[in-house]
Amino acid sequence: MAEVLVLVEHADGQVKKVTGELMAAASRLGSPVAVVVGAAGTAAGLAEQLGAAGAAKIYAAESADPLELLLTPQVAALAAAVAVAEPVAVLLAATFDGREIAGRLAVRLDSGLLADVVDVAAEDGVVIATQSVFGGAYSTRYQVTKGVPVISVRHNSIEGAAPAVSSPEIVVLETTVDPATATTVTKWLPEEVGDRPELGGAKVVVSGGRGVGSADNFHVVEELADQLGGAVGASRAAVDSGYYPHQFQVGQTGTTVSPQLYVALGISGAIQHRAGMQTSKTIIAVNKDPDAPIFEIADYGVVGDLFTVAPQLASAVKARKG
Amino acid sequence: MDIAVLVKQVPDTYSERKLRESDWVLDRDAADAVIDEIDSKGVEIGLQLTEAHGGQVTVVTMGPDRAKETLRKALAMGAHKAVHVVDDAFAGSDALQTSAALAAALKSLNVDLIITGNEATDGRTASMPAMLAERLGLPSVTSVVGITIDGQTITAERVVEGGAANVTATLPAVVSVNEKIGEPRYPNFKGIMAAKSKPVAVLSAADLGLEPGTLGLANASTQVVSGSPRPMKSAGEKVTDDGAGGTGIAEFLVTQRLI
Ligand SMILES: Cc1cc2nc3c(=O)[nH]c(=O)nc-3n(C[C@H](O)[C@H](O)[C@H](O)COP(=O)(O)OP(=O)(O)OC[C@H]3O[C@@H](n4cnc5c(N)ncnc54)[C@H](O)[C@@H]3O)c2cc1C
Ligand SMILES: Nc1ncnc2c1ncn2[C@@H]1O[C@H](COP(=O)(O)O)[C@@H](O)[C@H]1O
Repeated sequence: MAEVLVLVEHADGQVKKVTGELMAAASRLGSPVAVVVGAAGTAAGLAEQLGAAGAAKIYAAESADPLELLLTPQVAALAAAVAVAEPVAVLLAATFDGREIAGRLAVRLDSGLLADVVDVAAEDGVVIATQSVFGGAYSTRYQVTKGVPVISVRHNSIEGAAPAVSSPEIVVLETTVDPATATTVTKWLPEEVGDRPELGGAKVVVSGGRGVGSADNFHVVEELADQLGGAVGASRAAVDSGYYPHQFQVGQTGTTVSPQLYVALGISGAIQHRAGMQTSKTIIAVNKDPDAPIFEIADYGVVGDLFTVAPQLASAVKARKG
Repeated sequence: MDIAVLVKQVPDTYSERKLRESDWVLDRDAADAVIDEIDSKGVEIGLQLTEAHGGQVTVVTMGPDRAKETLRKALAMGAHKAVHVVDDAFAGSDALQTSAALAAALKSLNVDLIITGNEATDGRTASMPAMLAERLGLPSVTSVVGITIDGQTITAERVVEGGAANVTATLPAVVSVNEKIGEPRYPNFKGIMAAKSKPVAVLSAADLGLEPGTLGLANASTQVVSGSPRPMKSAGEKVTDDGAGGTGIAEFLVTQRLI
């Protein structure tokens, strides 16, 4: 079966969840094959996890210090893998990094690029990718008519899993990066990863807006999120006011989320906020203003003070868990 | 230091943006067209850098005739001159074709630094800076919240999902800005008046030396197969808190099997 290349996202010896989703997507189009970029020995270390995720084979591009150069090693690895594999498609995560790698790769391969797709399928041998446009107001299906389709796939949008493979073969790739194009990392400034689920993939998201009023008050949002086992999000106004760090922004220029449950606390529901959360399955809103636009898309809304409603909800959830 | 800043005209995110139901491409008449907010931030950074280091800011856009309004807006902010890449033959261009045309225009400008937004609000492709860098053989320093230039060296703080990093690269380079880099200046009356007489060069496909057989929808590398509008959610139940608002939500979540 023809190969479908998946760029593996990994950190600290662990394959990230989105890679499993990409493998599942790849298995619909052909035989999923992993492309690993990392320090020497990385591919061997990840082989078992990648096999479990469905990788039939692993292409490994390993170097002394892969973390020092930003993204160009990944582009070189994918280009080298494409040359060997002649794949049906290349799949990457639709993160900023994934979309940047995809852009360079599409130019290098002179191939069609589809960004941030939410579904892929093979129809009569043609790869069809679905995009969700304007915050989910439209769904459009695209095909690539030139070269190898280079497709970035949104987090948490592909269901299912690829069948597991035991001990996938590792094929080593030789790659070089043009030093003229290098961006070098002088210092990583890692984010604190707490115990909460990652925002983009969380089943429950509890977000706070300007109505939360201060950084200190955000614990009200966090406590509800923790009772529901969810991630914490924030509106742009909350982020720009310094109440919560910017990687938690939900909306047009933040993360797009589509959880089972979205709880909006003190968020008015501006069109740009809705663009990042309106495809959530169930939406709950708490706002003092009965005319806040968030209520137009809320399945259940409470006109009230978030500082009394949210803690009461958190204790009701806690009581139910016993 | 001469800088090119890319600016894109997009449908206003404050209005209801639509696709045309005949071919599922952007309905340009449905929403007001504005400079993408992120690109006005790019212009701001370009101006700050030329104020500090000398040189000129050229703003560049590719888009239909009315995209020149976007160039005027950037000129009113203080950009020195503008380039409008426009040709009927470009209609329906995809990212690959757009990057080829913009790269050709940028090559002719021969600048030290190219600034773009990190992600346009219409397509959310977040690939153009990398595509241009690839075509021009340059480093891409993307999604930055701060940038300094010392001689030929760029140092920047890059912020993406999962973490940030201090990065460095050498000029010439492509830099894309993150929305948290700061607020753009507003054009004042003097700026708006001055913009009217600033030069706007118009470049066609032929001016850029692009092959006619590579242009427009017919030669695009991606094609729409089908599209559909998605029904938006409608309002459900709304209650006023009577002291049991939180418990009411919990009961609702139970009926939805969410807790
Ligand atoms: C290009 C562009 C991109 C944008 N991208 C985003 C984005 O990604 N994400 C985003 O969120 N916004 C985005 N915005 C900004 C957006 O337009 C709004 O400004 C923003 O969403 C408002 O945030 P908010 O709802 O928290 O604040 P506000 O609109 O100020 O609303 C605060 C709400 O809190 C309520 N409230 C106050 N106190 C309480 C209380 N004690 N209890 C209950 N309710 C209370 C008020 O009634 C009010 O409705 C973008 C804008 C532009 C132009
Ligand atoms: N047609 C265009 N004209 C000018 N600049 C553009 C165009 N398309 C994209 N850009 C620039 O590239 C950035 C990222 O766009 P994108 O990769 O499409 O998300 C935008 O913020 C612009 O700065």
